[in-house]
Amino acid sequence: MTIAAYLSIYAGVVIFLAGCLRRILVYARAPLHLRWELYPVAHEDPGRAEHGGSYFESAGWWHKPQEFHRYREWMAMFQEIAFLKSLREFNPRLWVPSFLFHGGLYLWIASLILMLAATVPGVLTPELQIARISVALLPAAAWAGLAGELLVLAGALLLLVRRMTDVSLRNYTKAGDIFNLLFFIAAFAFLAAGSIIHGLNAASMGEIARGILRFDRGTEIGVVLGTGLILTSVLAAWIPFTHMSHFIAKYFTWHSVRWDDRRMERGSAMERKVAEYMNYHPTWAALHLASNGEKSWAEIVAAAPAQEAKK
Amino acid sequence: MNRPTTPRDASHRGREALIHLENEDLMPLPEPLASPALDHSWPPLSDSCKAAYECGLDDTCAVNIPQPKSREEEDRLVAQFLSGLQKLFSRENNWTFLQPLLLTMEHCTGCQTCAEACHIFEASGRKELYRPTFRTEFLRRLYFKHVKHGGLLSAWQHGDLTLNWPLVARLIELAYRCNLCRRCAQACPIGCDNGLVARELRKLFSQEMGIAPREIHENGSMLQLKAGSSTGMNAEVVKDNIAFIDEDISERTGIEFHTPWDVEGADVLLIHNAGEIMAWPENPGAFGLILTLAGVNWTMSSELAAYDSINYGLWYDDAQFARVALKHVEAARNLGVKRIVLGECGHAHKALCVVADRMLTGELNIPRESSLPLLRDIVLSGKIKFDPSRNEFPVTLHDPCNMVRLMGVVEPQREILRVLCPQFREMEPHGVNNYCCGGGSGFAIMGGNNFPDWRFHVSGRKKLEQILNAFSDCLDAAIPKYVCAPCSNCKGQFRDMFAYYNLWKKNRLMYGGLAELIVNAMADVKPGFIEWEWH
Repeated sequence: MTIAAYLSIYAGVVIFLAGCLRRILVYARAPLHLRWELYPVAHEDPGRAEHGGSYFESAGWWHKPQEFHRYREWMAMFQEIAFLKSLREFNPRLWVPSFLFHGGLYLWIASLILMLAATVPGVLTPELQIARISVALLPAAAWAGLAGELLVLAGALLLLVRRMTDVSLRNYTKAGDIFNLLFFIAAFAFLAAGSIIHGLNAASMGEIARGILRFDRGTEIGVVLGTGLILTSVLAAWIPFTHMSHFIAKYFTWHSVRWDDRRMERGSAMERKVAEYMNYHPTWAALHLASNGEKSWAEIVAAAPAQEAKK
Repeated sequence: MNRPTTPRDASHRGREALIHLENEDLMPLPEPLASPALDHSWPPLSDSCKAAYECGLDDTCAVNIPQPKSREEEDRLVAQFLSGLQKLFSRENNWTFLQPLLLTMEHCTGCQTCAEACHIFEASGRKELYRPTFRTEFLRRLYFKHVKHGGLLSAWQHGDLTLNWPLVARLIELAYRCNLCRRCAQACPIGCDNGLVARELRKLFSQEMGIAPREIHENGSMLQLKAGSSTGMNAEVVKDNIAFIDEDISERTGIEFHTPWDVEGADVLLIHNAGEIMAWPENPGAFGLILTLAGVNWTMSSELAAYDSINYGLWYDDAQFARVALKHVEAARNLGVKRIVLGECGHAHKALCVVADRMLTGELNIPRESSLPLLRDIVLSGKIKFDPSRNEFPVTLHDPCNMVRLMGVVEPQREILRVLCPQFREMEPHGVNNYCCGGGSGFAIMGGNNFPDWRFHVSGRKKLEQILNAFSDCLDAAIPKYVCAPCSNCKGQFRDMFAYYNLWKKNRLMYGGLAELIVNAMADVKPGFIEWEWH
């Protein structure tokens, strides 16, 4: 069980990171789209952002440099990520289970970070193994982890009930969605039970963490905890291939779409990109475009429509 | 067939509509329209329409797609659709919106938060068919199946769908049951954009299959590019009409002015929605008077398409959109003006100032701005003397989505109204959280079959509720009331919807632009610029 758990964790982490990277690259490499922002835009001037205004509210806006108040973006994102602000505002009934679920995940991830912080220095420098900081951090990590697991469990169960009982959700719920929630419930139930059985003290948690980091086959991981670790690892590997990777999408939907009000400047990199796109040769078939892959976007746009569109 | 509609129903081969709406089903309205029994009955689609066109979605028909004559023709149309679907997700064909479309396709969690924000879904009595995710669900399933070539695992994960002609035909109609106001996108916790999906579907149908409502394509963008304006006016006609307006407004106000044409090197090229010139001439007239009195060095252009700011491509077709935007800036470049200022037309604002920004490079990147900040600066500058008591009647403000939520021009119009209209009151909600007038994305000019009935009963219902609530303390017919709508499209919707419900005669509910309120409050013009006559 120990080796199986170790291998699952290693593979899960690698696949998770690779899957996330791939997804990030797909969106980051997508062409610059036409402006499609939605107001309020967080980085606007504070006086305007309050009512959702833009620089277009000033006559002669092009005479003034565009302002980007990045701290306002970070504040808005913090509220969105930490408190699920949009959901609370527009769909409060779903906010409670979703907040429990996401809050639990954040807590659980924080516990992993704590555990790494407590054990990595000791693994890299063995004489620090019994450093006081590890002794202090590991129980905190263990308890935070357990709390996170229980919150995820509660949230996932409530979300599952909502998906099964609320007609508006049920109509759009696929087998895969149910599977994902059951997967979370199973993985985190085993993790919670396993960590309780194994012990939430510094010695036992430190032993497992160090064992994972060092591939120490002498460490004893029980069946319940081992099952939890394997399930969680597989779940982590699965996430980047599903819509559960919306934590990646959310960066792009906010920063690259909703808040992307960057204006075209002469001689800018943006202008060069658009010039490149205008040389693409589309193949749309409608008669009024008359593209057929022979004309570039620039040529199509400059030409009068060929003829009336055919129905 | 009034059970909750599911995506699978859309592949159903029967000719009957998926849903039927009754007045009792709809969101209740406040007084004086509180009783469903007093509401208009819905004229059904004619038998000839049902026999000739695909009408299998709901009680109306917006696009008039001829029914295929054979299964072979159906198969050919489905193949065209599939070809367009592939192109919608390719860089060369759809660089314009590929990234936001992919993000929306791949990350919706199905939480339905968007539905709570959608005025059409709410007004319909929460009918599944009008749920923002309903149409997106089709595209998502088809995307994973036919673009990503997902197999059984993908179908299990994302859902399956049978692609056939009935589905495509219903999807074409369904793309025209969304106002593209993007209130749903504003609410989405992930940032998915169901409004964009409706727009991209329209694009697929137009750019690949040549299918779009006649009002926005043949009689819209095509006519504009050919004749100069979707109204059909050529340069000579529009100049004649403006000269007549100048004369009329000069007489009505007692201040003579003349609209300048084709002035090289002017500071401002003003472009109106040409519909204003035809339907609401007092609006361009008011603009002419205000700019002249404020000493603005301005002009209008008689170049092809440059005297009509409309750009219907914004709603359905990237190529048509870009062609019209190009015409607008080329006219400005040819005259050597310093900036383009857009009159009171919401979608023209969004099209030329925002969306076209990343198409206009080099010398075509001419500054473009809304007229509202300019008007605000003029009103607050003290150059013109005002008497707000001339606007002593209840006024509320409609926020055109394209200017407000989609462009961020929120306060200038309010600053004017707070100064000039003592009885100004807001609708709730307002500003960037506003509701669409119900005529957005072309609906206001789409009048085929019984589509206007759907538009007034469903897409315009939430706005009507807001307006009636804003005036709930003064519904008496003795008190004239003014809905200020600084957008031609929205005014068209209000004109038709108020007439439909007889709200002018019964409750003295009028609509109009912002410039008219400014001129009405000018101390030095003859009183009574706003005539309180239905038009």
